[in-house]
Amino acid sequence: MNSLADFLPAAPEIFLALSALALLVLGAYAGERATMALNGLAVLLLIGAAALVLRPVLAGGGIARQVSYYGLYVTDGLGVFAKLLVLLGAGLSLILAMRYNEREGIGRFEFAVLTLTATAGMLTMIAANDLISLYLGLELQSLSLYVMAAFARDSVRSTEAGLKYFVLGAVASGMLLFGASMVYGFAGTTNFDGLAKLFTDNDSAGIGVIAGIVFISVGLAFKCSAVPFHMWTPDVYEGAPTPVTAFFSVAPKIAALVLFLRVMLDPFGGLFAEWRQIIWAISVASMVLGAVAAINQRNIKRLMAYSSIGHVGYALIGLAAGSAAGVRGILVYLSIYLFMNIGTFAVILCMRRAGKMVEGIEDLAGLSRTHPGLALALGIFMFSMAGIPPLAGFFAKFYIFMAAIDAGLPVLAVIGVLASVVGAFYYLRIVKLMYFDEPKGSFDAPGRELQAVVLLSALVILFFFAWPDPLVNAADAVAAALFAG
Amino acid sequence: MASWPLLSLTTFLPLLGALAIIVLRGRAEDVARNARWIALWTSLIVFALSLALWARFDPTRADFQFVEKRDWLPDFNITYHMGIDGISLFFVLLSTFLTPICVVASWIAVTQRVKEYMIAFLVLETLMVGMFCALDFVLFYMFFEGVLIPMFLIIGMWGGPRRVYAAFKFFLYTLLGSVLMLLAILAIYFTTGSSDITEALSFNFPPQLQTWLFLAFFASFAVKVPMWPVHTWLPDAHVEAPTAGSVILAGVLLKMGGYGFIRFSLPMFPEASAMFAPFVFTLSVVAIIYTSLVALAQEDMKKLIAYSSVAHMGFVTIGIFTVTPEGLQGAMIQMLSHGVVSAALFLCVGVIYDRLHTRDIGRYGGLADNMPKYAAAFMIFMLASVGLPGTSGFVGEFLSLIGAFQINSWVAFLATTGLILGAAYMLYLYRRVVFGTITRDDVRAMLDLSPREVLIFAPMIAVVLWMGLYPASFLAPMQPSIANLIERVQVSQRESAGARLAATVSP
Repeated sequence: MNSLADFLPAAPEIFLALSALALLVLGAYAGERATMALNGLAVLLLIGAAALVLRPVLAGGGIARQVSYYGLYVTDGLGVFAKLLVLLGAGLSLILAMRYNEREGIGRFEFAVLTLTATAGMLTMIAANDLISLYLGLELQSLSLYVMAAFARDSVRSTEAGLKYFVLGAVASGMLLFGASMVYGFAGTTNFDGLAKLFTDNDSAGIGVIAGIVFISVGLAFKCSAVPFHMWTPDVYEGAPTPVTAFFSVAPKIAALVLFLRVMLDPFGGLFAEWRQIIWAISVASMVLGAVAAINQRNIKRLMAYSSIGHVGYALIGLAAGSAAGVRGILVYLSIYLFMNIGTFAVILCMRRAGKMVEGIEDLAGLSRTHPGLALALGIFMFSMAGIPPLAGFFAKFYIFMAAIDAGLPVLAVIGVLASVVGAFYYLRIVKLMYFDEPKGSFDAPGRELQAVVLLSALVILFFFAWPDPLVNAADAVAAALFAG
Repeated sequence: MASWPLLSLTTFLPLLGALAIIVLRGRAEDVARNARWIALWTSLIVFALSLALWARFDPTRADFQFVEKRDWLPDFNITYHMGIDGISLFFVLLSTFLTPICVVASWIAVTQRVKEYMIAFLVLETLMVGMFCALDFVLFYMFFEGVLIPMFLIIGMWGGPRRVYAAFKFFLYTLLGSVLMLLAILAIYFTTGSSDITEALSFNFPPQLQTWLFLAFFASFAVKVPMWPVHTWLPDAHVEAPTAGSVILAGVLLKMGGYGFIRFSLPMFPEASAMFAPFVFTLSVVAIIYTSLVALAQEDMKKLIAYSSVAHMGFVTIGIFTVTPEGLQGAMIQMLSHGVVSAALFLCVGVIYDRLHTRDIGRYGGLADNMPKYAAAFMIFMLASVGLPGTSGFVGEFLSLIGAFQINSWVAFLATTGLILGAAYMLYLYRRVVFGTITRDDVRAMLDLSPREVLIFAPMIAVVLWMGLYPASFLAPMQPSIANLIERVQVSQRESAGARLAATVSP
């Protein structure tokens, strides 16, 4: 590791970390006035990072799997795909945050800095090829997120959310670390390639390794808020400032799921039969709880928390399938989920009445009369989340169930579709409020940046069916490469 | 014009109309008026296009015509594949025929959010037509399930007092059935290697798999038809839906179930169909007798007609599962006839509901005196529903029963009692609403049919009589397809019987 070229594989992460430091200095000198400008700059920096991620593709050479930093780092198709999703999610939620923070009196430049460090952590997670680098990325991400959850430091709810997230998150990180040490103790290595070789050569693993995998799964399940490690999600989602919730519901979730996928399929791929049952159970529990528990929610952010738990359950079906089709399903699911969620949160951010945010779902009553455009968009997102064709959410579920049937998991698929019918109820209830009920009052005119995000997401969700090829083919290629290597 | 993609044009033209309505701006009254006219013209042009389909349709061929095939998801062997045969042709016509009628029927009745209303109906038309034309499972499912969205909004936004309950019940009930079908579609996809319907139609599925797939499809179609005991969403949805919503619901959406049985269940799962036929017969007979009795006791006109729909669809399912030429043709005619007749009956209810704003049978009486034209139109549709010879209802029920007699005379006997009950509740309804003396002033003040309403009923009467007096023009195009279907079922049943025999002999 002597020349500059050796650092290139981690260029996006290094770039983000340096950007965060630069923003910190800039912010400290420029003061509060420059918050908006710094936010905008951060979005540009995220775009720059995306360009760096895409560099191997743009340079014309395909994405070959490349391990660097003495086996700590890996760049491959899966990484590029997931990193782009994370950067997109981070960028969009930063755009959503700009005016909100200003209005709520929490417009401080640290927000952009924390977003960048969290994103750098997520990219590291995605690129991890070793339990050590995995933990490093995960903690960088988590610590930034804890602070972000408590960003509205004068609000009791927000500080409570931050504290709760921190305490529970620390326990989960501890579990993960404990699991990693057990794996190291019994397998003698923390490197993914080494572990993979070990477990494919020996058919059975010792009980110690299995216990280690269980602990690692617990930690990862916590990070992507899968049942039964979801308890923190509704509280944190409700308490955190709304743009932070939007950010939580996409970027870290995508990063954690992709990490989950990589850890399970790469180093522990040989132990598929052992961990499959864990994933199966987590998936079923998440889908069912996500569908049932959301029915009684009155707060839209809590409702979205349960909805996101349910969505994680569906995505995990793809992991339980443990096949290229499953990975493809997950990637398509996450991409579509990103747009549905960001779009929905953009609408939630528009729920501002006489200068104050409202969060009750009853406040959406009659939206179709007061803001027909917003209502139509939210209606599209809701039907899409319920999985009704021809909207994109249907295709997301379609590819997941396709993988499940192909992998011989009909029971999981049946539970999944039944849960989706139950879940359809609460998505429909929002449509009902907007379209069937009389308005109680109008919202303030939404900001232009919110309108733009809503419009973009709605168009993607509505017209995905007409041109699904690029996304599906890219996901397919990535998944195939993962299993070929 | 031969190179024109006529089917895609028929399917997607309504969307163009909907788009034109979306961009309308200006004063509310102008927007409403323009929306109505755009919707009317769009649906009329679509109807004309579908008539062109009928005119160019070659009635001697059994295979799919006007086929269009384009890549959609090439890596998955999922294509945009459209085409119609003698079976789907008339459902397309039924959908395009009823849509302009719905638009005209809502001309005055709908005053709130006219723009959204017309958009919903045009989108619905696209989805309905597309569903009957789709020759790819994924495409089919998209249309099949997509129908729920506009229908949910129509019931919920323009419906009666309990519209929210009805809309949710309708949506969740049908969704529950359809999602199981989605899994079955995926299983078919992996068994045949493509989602092409034409390939699946000639594929021989193993018997064990057939049973499961049949049940999954059955869950979906039985809810749609609807068969007893999963019919409970229908009375609610019908009662609460606006008149035009009921028309589409009874006229077309129920037919999706019957169409599904004919298009998928019979040819793809012939053995499972034979195995489950007695089960279907039982449910159908129960439906016919039970719902007829329930209909007899109704005080709400729409509810009565809704229950009669369940009974009439019972004849359809019996006809389909006899797998005889008479039974299938009877089922087809019965579906088309019911599509027009029950739609017309709902419109008849709508006419007097618009005037008095109640559907309570006891509130009316003696309408023959002050509404003679209305009484005449209502009579024709009522008699067609009863199955009077010379009307479309007779042909459908008669043929279905002939089919049933060849298979099981008990089924035919019990189903026939439903015919008598049907006559009882329809005549009873008619007597209470139309005959007798007028006792209330507000009833006396009701005006007879307006020219607009005459315009709605005239084509429907013509179709009912045409179908009753000269059914050959409808039967001829579907005959080759039905003969083909029956042959397919019999051949595979024989083959599998032979295989079973060989299996028992060989060891």
